[in-house]
Amino acid sequence: MLRLELVDISKQYPSVKANDRVALRVEPGEIHAVLGENGAGKSTLMKIIYGAVRPDEGEIRWNGAPVQIATPAAARALGISMVYQHFSLFDTLTVAENVWLGLDRSLPLAEVTQRIRKVAGVYGLEIDPLRPVHTLSVGECQRVEIVRALMSEPKLLILDEPTSVLTPQAVQALFVTLRKLAAEGCAILYISHKLDEIRALCHRCTVLRGGRVTGVVDPTGQSNASLSRLMIGAEPPQLQHREAHAGEVVLEVRELSLTRDDPFGTSLDRISFDLRAGEVLGIAGVSGNGQQELMRALSGEDVRAPRGSIRLFGNDIARDRPRRRRRQGLHFIPEERLGRGAVPTLSLAQNTLLTRTGAVAASGWVHTGAVTELAATLIRRFNVKAGGPGSAARSLSGGNLQKFIVGREIDADPKLLVVSQPTWGVDVGAAAQIRGELLALRDRGSAVLVVSEELDELFEICDRLVVIAQGRVSPSVAVADASVERIGEWMSGLWHGAAPAGSMELGHAAA
Amino acid sequence: MLRLEARPEPSRAMSMASPLIALAITVVIGTLLFVVLGKDPLRGLGVFFVEPLKGAYALSELAIKATPLLLIALGLAACFRSNIWNIGAEGQFVLGAIFASGVAMQATKDTGHWIFIAVLAASVVGGMLWAAIVAFLRDRFNASEILVSLMLVYVAEQLLNYFVYGPWKDPHGYNFPQTVTFLKSTQVPRLFDTYRINIGAVGALVAVGAFWVLLFRTYAGFQLQVGGLAPAAARYAGFSARRALWTTMLVSGGMAGLAGGLEVAGPLNQLTPHVPAGYGFAAIIVAFVGRLHPVGIVFSAILMSMFYIGGELSQSRLGLPQSLTGVFQGLLLLALLACDTLIAYRVRWRTGVAGAAATSSSASPPAASAPATSELDDAPLSPVVATSALPARKGS
Amino acid sequence: MDQAALLIAATLNSGTVLAFAALGLLVNERAGIVNLGAEGTMLVAAVAGFAVAVHTGSDWAGFGAGALAGALLASAFGVLVIWLNTNQYATGLALSLFGTGFSAFVGQPFTQQRLAERASFHVPGLSDLPFFGPALFRQHPMVYLAIAMTAALAWFLYRSRAGLVLRAIGESPESAHALGYPVRRIRLLAVAFGGALCGVAGAYVSVVYTHLWVEGMIAGKGWIALALTTFATWRPARVLLGAYLFGGVTMLQFQLQQSDGFHVPGIAGAVQVPSQFLTMLPYLATIVVLVLISRNATFIRVNMPASMGKPFFPG
Repeated sequence: MLRLELVDISKQYPSVKANDRVALRVEPGEIHAVLGENGAGKSTLMKIIYGAVRPDEGEIRWNGAPVQIATPAAARALGISMVYQHFSLFDTLTVAENVWLGLDRSLPLAEVTQRIRKVAGVYGLEIDPLRPVHTLSVGECQRVEIVRALMSEPKLLILDEPTSVLTPQAVQALFVTLRKLAAEGCAILYISHKLDEIRALCHRCTVLRGGRVTGVVDPTGQSNASLSRLMIGAEPPQLQHREAHAGEVVLEVRELSLTRDDPFGTSLDRISFDLRAGEVLGIAGVSGNGQQELMRALSGEDVRAPRGSIRLFGNDIARDRPRRRRRQGLHFIPEERLGRGAVPTLSLAQNTLLTRTGAVAASGWVHTGAVTELAATLIRRFNVKAGGPGSAARSLSGGNLQKFIVGREIDADPKLLVVSQPTWGVDVGAAAQIRGELLALRDRGSAVLVVSEELDELFEICDRLVVIAQGRVSPSVAVADASVERIGEWMSGLWHGAAPAGSMELGHAAA
Repeated sequence: MLRLEARPEPSRAMSMASPLIALAITVVIGTLLFVVLGKDPLRGLGVFFVEPLKGAYALSELAIKATPLLLIALGLAACFRSNIWNIGAEGQFVLGAIFASGVAMQATKDTGHWIFIAVLAASVVGGMLWAAIVAFLRDRFNASEILVSLMLVYVAEQLLNYFVYGPWKDPHGYNFPQTVTFLKSTQVPRLFDTYRINIGAVGALVAVGAFWVLLFRTYAGFQLQVGGLAPAAARYAGFSARRALWTTMLVSGGMAGLAGGLEVAGPLNQLTPHVPAGYGFAAIIVAFVGRLHPVGIVFSAILMSMFYIGGELSQSRLGLPQSLTGVFQGLLLLALLACDTLIAYRVRWRTGVAGAAATSSSASPPAASAPATSELDDAPLSPVVATSALPARKGS
Repeated sequence: MDQAALLIAATLNSGTVLAFAALGLLVNERAGIVNLGAEGTMLVAAVAGFAVAVHTGSDWAGFGAGALAGALLASAFGVLVIWLNTNQYATGLALSLFGTGFSAFVGQPFTQQRLAERASFHVPGLSDLPFFGPALFRQHPMVYLAIAMTAALAWFLYRSRAGLVLRAIGESPESAHALGYPVRRIRLLAVAFGGALCGVAGAYVSVVYTHLWVEGMIAGKGWIALALTTFATWRPARVLLGAYLFGGVTMLQFQLQQSDGFHVPGIAGAVQVPSQFLTMLPYLATIVVLVLISRNATFIRVNMPASMGKPFFPG
C-alpha cells in the first residue's frame, strides 16, 4: 500500500499553472526525490502536501484512503513533517524552546528537552538543546529543524533542498540519518535539483518540468545527462571554457580583519588573497562563515576595514565608499536582488541610477531620457523579459531581474566584478546565460570574484578557488587540481597552514 | 469572503483616487456625526466645504491658513520619503516664531522695510536649529527622531511660555502674556491692501516647484527616495544615510521655522502663547493626503485649511466646538491609510473551498507583460506602500 | 521625614500612569507592533473614564470605560496595520491625531466638572508602619494593581507557553506562521490588550490623579511611555522601575516649582528657576533616557523584538 499518492493534482496561479495533473507515488520506507529546476512547481507541490496550499483539482490519498489536507496542522496530524529550506526558527530563543513551539501537544519544556537529547542521539544529530539559536551555525540550525520534525514521529518526512547549507561531509552524515529513518519505515520526499545527490541517495525520482511530470525513474540507473534531459528537456548547456591568461594583480587583500557589527554575524580574521586580471576566483563556503561580511567590506558598504588591507591596482580602497570604488572600476552584484540590488517599487530605468550615474550631470540634474535609454539597452542586450524600462523591478521574475542587475554591472565594463550567489533561485536558462556573461567578461581581461554556495557552479566557471570558513580564508588552489572532497574538508576550516600569524600560503594563478 | 490580492505593480490610478475616496469616507462619517449631534448635515457640510470658498476675502483667509501648512508639509514630504519621521515640526514652527520675534523686536521707528527679510531669515535659522538637535541625537546616539522631536515640541512650548510670560512680556500689555505688537516695518508685505494674504503665499508656490525639481529631477532627490524605499539598496549604491538625515531634518526644520516666522510677522504681528496652532501636526496629514508629492500637497493644504476655517465657523454657525476640526483631520488620515491598501492590493470576492488558499500571491513570478507604471516623475508614492514592498520570495 | 514619605507616595502615584501605559505598549511591541497612537488613546480613555465616573459615581466603571475605549481604538488600529498592512508609524500617528481632536470634541461638556477626592486604600497593618506606612501603603488600589500587573506580565512572558508564543511572534512572525500559529489573531489580541492598559492609564489620570478633564491633559505621557518601553528593553520589571523614576522627576519638578528656589553657595539669596524650565524636566529627561539607551545599537538589536514595526505578509 502506498504511503502517499497524488492523483491529477493541479494548481493555477494568476499568471502560471504551477502544477498540471501531477501524479506522485511514495511507498513506505522509500526515499523519493522530486527533481526539477527553479520554477518547475516543486515548491507548490510540497505546499499542497503540507497543507499550506489547496489544490484546484485532484486527489490526495494517504495510506490508500482519500484525504483533504486543509492546514499544516492537519498534515502534521496525519504524520507529515516538513523541513523547510528556509528555517522557521527564532534566533533569541533556545533550541528546546524552538522545538517546543513546533510541537502540537502541550508537553512541559523539561520533557521536551530530554526528548530532544534522545532523538538527537538515536539519529546521530549533535545538538545542545539549551543553546540559543543565534549561536548555531547554519548546518546546526538545520539539525534543529530535523529534530523538530522527527519529534513528531513522522510517517512522511519532506526535505526541501536540505543540502544547500551543508559541507560535503555534512551531506554524507545527513544521508546516513535519512537512510536510517527510511529503514524504519518512514517515507521521505527529497526535493532537490542536485543530480549527484539524488543518484546517490534516492530510490525513485519524479521529475517535474513546467508544472508537469516528465518522468518517474530509478535514479541509480540514470546518468546526469539523462536526468538533465528530463528536467530541462535538453542536455545541460555547455559553457565555452577558454584557458585563463592571468595578467596583472587587480585586487590585493592583505590581513583583512574586521569585527562583526551584527551580534549574530561573523568576524573576519586576517583574510588574504590575490586576484588577477583575466581570471575568475571563486570563494566556496557554507553560508554563515563570513561571506556577507567580506562582501560588504569589498563593496564598500562597510568601510571599517584596516587601511591598506584592500588594494585595487595598488590603490588603498579599504576606507572608500561604494561610489568611489565604482569610479575605480570595482562593481558588485549582491545576493539579494529585491531590496538591495534593486528597489522593488521603482522602475528598471530608475534602478539603473543606483550604480550607473552617466546620465547625471555635475549639477545633479538627472537626464531621464538617457536613463530610460540605458535601461532599454540593458534589456535588449541581456535578453531580459520585462514590460519595458518603466516596469517595476518587482514585476520581473527572479531570473530576469538577476539578468538585468548582472547586465547593469557588466555593461559598466568593470575592471573587477565581485558577485555573490550569481544564479541563486534562477532558472537554468538564465543561469547559463549569466555564467556565460561572467566568463565573457573574464575573457575581455577583467577580474571576476564569485562567491557561491553551489560548488558545482564554482567548478564550472572558476579558474582558482579559495574556501571561507569561520571568517578565515584558505590558500588558493587551481580548479584543475581541486576535488570536491578536499574543498569539503576545507569548508570545515581544515586546510594546512591554518595556523595563526603570517604563515599563509598565497596561491598564484597557474597559467 | 473578501480577500486581498497583491497587485504585481502598484496601481497608479488608485494612488490618485485613494485620497478622494478617503475624503468621501470622511464626508460620510461627518454627515453621520452631524445627524447624531442633531444638526442639519447639509448645513454642516456647507460650513466646511462651501463657506471657506465664498468670496475673495474668504479665499484670502484660506490662502493664509494654507501657506504655513503647505510650507511645512513640503519639508515633511522630503523627510517622510526618506523614512525620517520628523513629528516635531510643531516645535520647529514655534522656534521659528521665537527667533522671528526676537529680530522683529529689534526694529525701531527708523528701521527700513528690509527688516522683514531678516525676520524671516531668523525664523528659518530657528527652525533649523531645533531640527538640528534631533538630527544630531539620531546621528550620534541613534535616538529615535520620532520621540526626540516630539519631546522637543513640549520643550519648545515651554520655552515660548517663558518668553511671553517673562522677559518679552509687553510692559504695557495689561499683564497679558504677549509681546509688543511688532512695528509695521517688520511685517511681511501683503499682496493686496484689503486682504491679509501676503507674499508668503507666493513663496510657498515657488517652494512647490523647487521641491518638485529637487525630489524628481535631481540625483540628491533620488538618493533620498531610495533611502526611504530600500535602505539596503541605498547602502549598496553608496548613498549616505547621514547626509539624508541632516538634509531632510534641516530642510524641514527650516520650512517649519519659516512658517512660524510668517505667522508671527504676518497675520499675528506679535508673539503669544497661542502661536502653536497645531500646524506642525496638521502638516503631517497634509503631507500624507498629498501623497508626499509637491503638487498633491497644494491640494491637500487647501483641503485642510477648509477644515480649519470650517471648524472656526462651526462654533458661530452651528454651535459646535472648534475641536471638530481635529476630528475631521484625524478621520481623513485614517481613512486615507485604509484606502491606500488598495494601491498595492486588489479586493476580490472568493467563494468556496479552493478560495481559502488563494491568498498566496507570491508563489508565482508575475507575468512580465504588466503595463509600465513608474516613471522618474514618480507616481506619488505612498510611504504606506513603499515601506511595505513585497518581500522577495525565494525559490520556486 | 513626613515630607519624604509623602514624596515617595506621590511618586508611586504619578508613576502608575506611565507604568500602565508602558506595560500596555510593551505587550504590543513584544508582538512586533509599534503603536504610536498611545497619546491619543489615553486622551480618549481619559474622557471616557471621566464621563462614566461622573455619570455613575463609580471609579471602577470609569476605569472599565477607559479600558474599553482603549481596547476599541487599539483594535481599529490593529485591523489596519495587521490585516491591511498599513504603515505602523503613520497609522499610529493618525490615531494620536484623531484621538486628540476627538477627545477635545467629546469632552467639551465635561470641562467644568470635578470629581471628589478619592479615599486612598490603607493596607491593613502595613499602613501604620512608621515612614513606610505613609510612603508605600496608603495608595489608591490602582497603584497596587500596576505592581501586580507587572508581576503577572513578567510571569506570562517568561514562564508561560503563551508568552513564549508571543515572544516568538515578535521575533519572527513568518516562522510562527510557518509553524501554524494564528499570528494575526494573536497580534490583534496583544494590541487590544495593550490598548486596554493604555486606556486604564488614561482613565487614571482624569479620575484619580486630577479628578477633572482638560483638553490635552495627558501632556505627552503617551509618548514618554513609548520611550520608557525602549528604555526598559521590553522587560516588565524595568518598565515599572522606569515609570517610578519618571514619577520622581515629575515630583521633583513640582517641589522645585513650589519652593523658594535654590540656595547656591557663593550667591546671595535664592536662585529661582523659571517654572517653565521646570515643566520641561520630564521631557528633557525622556530625551536623555533615549540617548542613553539607544547609544549601544548592538544592545538594542539583541533585545528588541526583531519584527517590530515591520509589515507581515502571511503566505
